[in-house]
Amino acid sequence: MTVTNSFTWMIGGPQGSGINSVAENFAKACIRGGLHIFANIEYHSNIKGEHSYYRLRVESKAPRSHVDWVDLLVALDRETLFGDMNKAHPTHRGHRHEVSPGGGIIYDRSLNLTPDSFGRDDIRLFPIPYMDLLVEALKEFGKDKELSKYQVMVNTIALGASLGLADYDFDLATEAIREGFTGRKAALGDLNVSAAKRGYEYVKTSFGEDAFPIKLRKQPLSGKRMMIRGVQAVAIAKLKAGCGFQTYYPITPATDESEYLESHQKDYNMIVVQAEDEISAINMATGAAHAGLRSSTSTSGPGFSLMAEGLGWAGITEAPGPVVVLYQRAGPATGLPTRTEQADLRFALHAAHGEFPRIIIAPGDVVETYYDTFDAFNYAEHYQVPVILLTDKFLASTYQDIPPFNGDNLKVDRGDMVRESDLATSTDYRRYRWTEMGISPRAIPGQKGGIFWTTGDEHDEYGHITEAPDIRIKMMRKRMRKIELAGQVIPDSKKATLYGSKSAPITLVGWGSSKGAILDGMEDLMSDGIETNFLQVRYVNPFPTNFVQQALGPARRKIAIENNYSAQMAGLIREKTGIAMDNNIVKFDGRPFSQNEIYEGVKEIIKNGIKEVTVSHA
Amino acid sequence: MLELKTYRTQVHNDWCPGCGDFGIVNAIQMTLLEMQLEPHRVAIFSGIGCSGKTPHFVNAYGFHTLHGRVLPIATGARLSNPGLTVVAVGGDGDGLGIGAGHFVNTGRRNLDFTYVLYDNGVYGLTKGQASPTLPKGVKTKSMPAPAIIERVNPIAMAVASGYTFVARSYALDVRHLKQTLRAAIEHRGSAFVDVLQTCPTYNDINTKEWYGGEDLPVKAPRLYKLEDSGYNGVVADPSTDEVNTKKGNALLKSFEWGDKIPIGVFFKMEVPTFEDQLALRMPALKDKPFVEQDIYNRDITPLLDELT
Repeated sequence: MTVTNSFTWMIGGPQGSGINSVAENFAKACIRGGLHIFANIEYHSNIKGEHSYYRLRVESKAPRSHVDWVDLLVALDRETLFGDMNKAHPTHRGHRHEVSPGGGIIYDRSLNLTPDSFGRDDIRLFPIPYMDLLVEALKEFGKDKELSKYQVMVNTIALGASLGLADYDFDLATEAIREGFTGRKAALGDLNVSAAKRGYEYVKTSFGEDAFPIKLRKQPLSGKRMMIRGVQAVAIAKLKAGCGFQTYYPITPATDESEYLESHQKDYNMIVVQAEDEISAINMATGAAHAGLRSSTSTSGPGFSLMAEGLGWAGITEAPGPVVVLYQRAGPATGLPTRTEQADLRFALHAAHGEFPRIIIAPGDVVETYYDTFDAFNYAEHYQVPVILLTDKFLASTYQDIPPFNGDNLKVDRGDMVRESDLATSTDYRRYRWTEMGISPRAIPGQKGGIFWTTGDEHDEYGHITEAPDIRIKMMRKRMRKIELAGQVIPDSKKATLYGSKSAPITLVGWGSSKGAILDGMEDLMSDGIETNFLQVRYVNPFPTNFVQQALGPARRKIAIENNYSAQMAGLIREKTGIAMDNNIVKFDGRPFSQNEIYEGVKEIIKNGIKEVTVSHA
Repeated sequence: MLELKTYRTQVHNDWCPGCGDFGIVNAIQMTLLEMQLEPHRVAIFSGIGCSGKTPHFVNAYGFHTLHGRVLPIATGARLSNPGLTVVAVGGDGDGLGIGAGHFVNTGRRNLDFTYVLYDNGVYGLTKGQASPTLPKGVKTKSMPAPAIIERVNPIAMAVASGYTFVARSYALDVRHLKQTLRAAIEHRGSAFVDVLQTCPTYNDINTKEWYGGEDLPVKAPRLYKLEDSGYNGVVADPSTDEVNTKKGNALLKSFEWGDKIPIGVFFKMEVPTFEDQLALRMPALKDKPFVEQDIYNRDITPLLDELT
């Protein structure tokens, strides 16, 4: 039976073998052919040699998640197939068992593997002479003497072979490959296209047209589509929002965002500073915010741990920012440094000693990431609070195709600022003036008449130190009033969403990047006759208490789904609303939820009635 | 008209009587007046400790930050708002203990600003513990036992870190301090001034009398001025080996301590600042600071197109 346009492809190989570029070229070729993709990578904390793999899901309708099986596996090395079980401390069994029945494996013919070494008789094997084909391609360009230099190009041969088996339009891939080699490197583009073509033709002639049951066919394009991942959505939103100052200290997976910004700083006029540590990163950003620029910093858990102190200073000094983007990864300490997790919800909420207002937004997908990042800068300046954008490695590094952002309705709101002309008529400017709303109009250093003091000590309206109990009470109330205000002003429609019918017998509850897997998993459950709805909590603070209460009040069975050990959002919901979850589905192996894990988790709860299910396909 | 009182605030000053900090804050105010810098064009940043209260006593934009973090916060503010004259102040524990990493890396950047270290050898506000600049073997009043670790040398650290103006002065010699601060503020680049300072409450070793050399066999002030000794730390041509020679001289000089202690300019060199380097990357910075530019209506369409 032939299946069209529903396909999961995976390429695995040692770190440094160029799996990213071929996977992204394949994805681009699919998008240009009107197909839709979801592409996520798993890699080790290592520069060269350790096993990494890239998974590309292609569908006729936009997928929002991945699945745990592979229809076509491309192995650039033996480890991708069989794992590293021969090592003293093995970490994985390889991917051959993940191949779906009837699926196929492309691998290097020179590994001389017998079919029974795969331990399966329900899959198709496509041994390819990677090196022979590469040498042919190099000969065409007179470079066959430099084989070692171009060895990495077997990845492109494997891409060509994949396209051939899926019988996809080769010209679309040609275009994608060429785009990676511009200017002086253009000749390399031709060489790569030739290598891909050889892989493409080899499978056609050696295995025949119908060797593989899944075909990819072009579809009519539904308008422009961008291939974008979370870090890019964040970075572009920062530029759109007028952020003028970004700091960072190198850390996975946050650094890509800062590098993106730095590579575009010339065209967009944004200062990007690599700080000596995250302590410096957040404090520089707060200094910049106080001095008048929109500012931000990006990090992951270990860096955010160091930022706790600075966050408190931004809070008590009512700095108009920074926006802190926290890309969660599996902790604590170094944890699983290149893997994903949603375990910093409580930490983001409570980081730093004492009490101060902060806004925390946890976007669920790449589109929400863009709009939430934009909003974050408005909130930072409007409410003069630090804002944390809480996302994760999975969302940061996962590609999806979406229509270009329409920013027409995005308006910069710089909050209540005093003008020099107003200050000229007053001799008594107070940076922390009491106001009913708690927000004091802010001056920018350099403004005549706007001189203010600010301090991490408790202070009076001028910003001078005080330890007076009555002023302390007023100032605490003033600051905390701002988060109450934000809670009233920001509409519930931004803070949380209920997907599906209000009366569904099962309510799934989640936050952040698991949104896609939950939505896709719900469809699987529905086809199985199990109706669910999904409450996505997007604002951690101010928390949408009423909305959540109303959504969960009538719910019969409530299941929290979280990429952490202790179901932190479930705890927060109970704290805010008094409503307890009936069940939890948790995952804390450092990998993101797949579509099928949502289905499997819910099924297991229904079947066995157990309180908590831990899923892991890794 | 600008007068000394223009730079003063009415905030109650709670430093101990006789504290060296008074000399420093007075010198800062006098320097600003002498340079005719309008208060709203100046921002004073401080860390935590007695010295941390400095901004509250100066009528200028004032940032009283976190322990050890004064330099990052001053850096962020200066970079986003380079029209400001930025003076950062802090104690020796603040700058060379908890903030040592920032001290080193700020020097590397050569930002155009001035950092004034209140160097008294003790953590005053927490009641007299040994600070990073207290010599080994010394026991001040409230310490239970003499220090058993070596001190750091702020001048040598500053030179090695890349500060392009490195000087020392004395809190009780306001005239010299004012002259040094002025040179530091006028210097284009990161200026570091190590201000030897008495703590009458907790440092009973390095007292006014000690600096005056009253304990010496032949009574004579310990402090002497580098410029009077024929020392010249100014690099005339930064493109030559003179840089290393002058840095070497400064390091050697910085280890003089005891009966004779040099004050004055140890090292000075004019090279492009961090702000200059940023303006090379972003020519728009040459026109005016981003804080005065409209960066709120950027066209991101080309970035979106790149992704299609």
